[in-house]
Amino acid sequence: MQTPGPTSYQRARSVEAAIASLAEHGPGARVVAGGHSLIPMMKLRLASPELLIDINDLDELAYIRREAGLVRIGALTRHVDLLRSELLAELFPVFADAEQVIADPVVRNRGTIGGSLCQADPAEDLSGVCAALKADVVLQGPGGERVVNMSEFHVGPYMTAVQAAEILTEVRLAVRPGAGSAHEKLERRAGDFAIAASSVAVWIEGGTITDAGVALAAVGPVTIDARRAQEHLRGQVPSEALFEEAGRIAAEESMPMPDTRGPEDYKRHLVGVLTKRALRKATARALHQEA
Amino acid sequence: MEISIRINGETVTRDVPPQTLLVHFIRDTPGLTGTHWGCDTSNCGACIVQIDGRAVKSCTQLAAMVEGHEVRTVEGLEVNGVLDPIQQGFHEQHALHCGFCTPGMMMASRSLLDENANPTDQEIRVAISGGICRCTGYKNIVAAVRWAAEYEAAQPSPTKQEV
Repeated sequence: MQTPGPTSYQRARSVEAAIASLAEHGPGARVVAGGHSLIPMMKLRLASPELLIDINDLDELAYIRREAGLVRIGALTRHVDLLRSELLAELFPVFADAEQVIADPVVRNRGTIGGSLCQADPAEDLSGVCAALKADVVLQGPGGERVVNMSEFHVGPYMTAVQAAEILTEVRLAVRPGAGSAHEKLERRAGDFAIAASSVAVWIEGGTITDAGVALAAVGPVTIDARRAQEHLRGQVPSEALFEEAGRIAAEESMPMPDTRGPEDYKRHLVGVLTKRALRKATARALHQEA
Repeated sequence: MEISIRINGETVTRDVPPQTLLVHFIRDTPGLTGTHWGCDTSNCGACIVQIDGRAVKSCTQLAAMVEGHEVRTVEGLEVNGVLDPIQQGFHEQHALHCGFCTPGMMMASRSLLDENANPTDQEIRVAISGGICRCTGYKNIVAAVRWAAEYEAAQPSPTKQEV
């Protein structure tokens, strides 16, 4: 029988109140949203918060909207709503790709984007999606807001730039011309951890890749920002040979550990294949062609 | 802490520790052991209930988080002695053997038909993919959900449960 250890519980009535409570109670306090990472961690005693601050009532944090060159996603937006968003499907289809393979539909009804990013599980998909899209996240604390780019968000396994009295409130995506994106993942069955996953974004203008994002999940101690693969793509004309080489470089940048899901060389091979496929799909989307 | 939750239209109030899981809050209520407590790890889906009409794994929510919300369990499917079409479909299509996964399968399926009255077999398979059956396999469960969808489509008016 797995049950969480003793804790206290309070329900936040506002973001400010939740932050004040975090500041008052120190690192023993944890924010809970969907609960689908934190509650399992509590059952395993990997997390033993003294106080849970429930932010599920903060409807002001649940939104997906386009404003002034940005798409803003509130931290409390559930996976199911990311999956069904027409705005994201149009501008950043990588979200729908990933959401179809994140956990299962019942878990997706409850889990949130903010929770997924803050959990920072190296096998989690949305961290890769947001890294590939070069998203910014908004962290709100007692002293106000600060904006952190995804490239600086992960500071170690399960560790993020979010400080003890801060709450991740929003994900910001810049809407830039010529964008295409895709996510490819292999898992053994619905709801299992990925064997490997690759999130890709490209921005193509005048037939040339002006910018690219490649991020890998489940193949290292953290979400891997495949910077050399991105560098290789930038300034190039998209082609199968280019995708092949970018996949090969991404595989080099991955740091997979052998486990029951496969040996290291198999996972590296997968990174190459998945990255190539995602690049092919993202490019077709950027150019409005069939993949 | 004292927690009040509306379960199948009735308010249940009990003094429980804050870390009490929703599945235990439900099952410790007289008459509500239909919600099963299986893997404890959000994998098996035997504990699926509806919260405000959406299927949720009740082993992965604290009861405290659900206060003020509407919970519907497998016991809430039958109304005045009439089985929900999902239940009838499981009966007609032999969609259970040991029955352990059944309450969760039924609640996930009910949630699907509430949102999508005419799902494809693939959509049914995706909808129940958060549950694990270790006896019959999934073929008959898919057939049961299809049976319920067709039964509901054939009804002149509201046997459908609005959520």
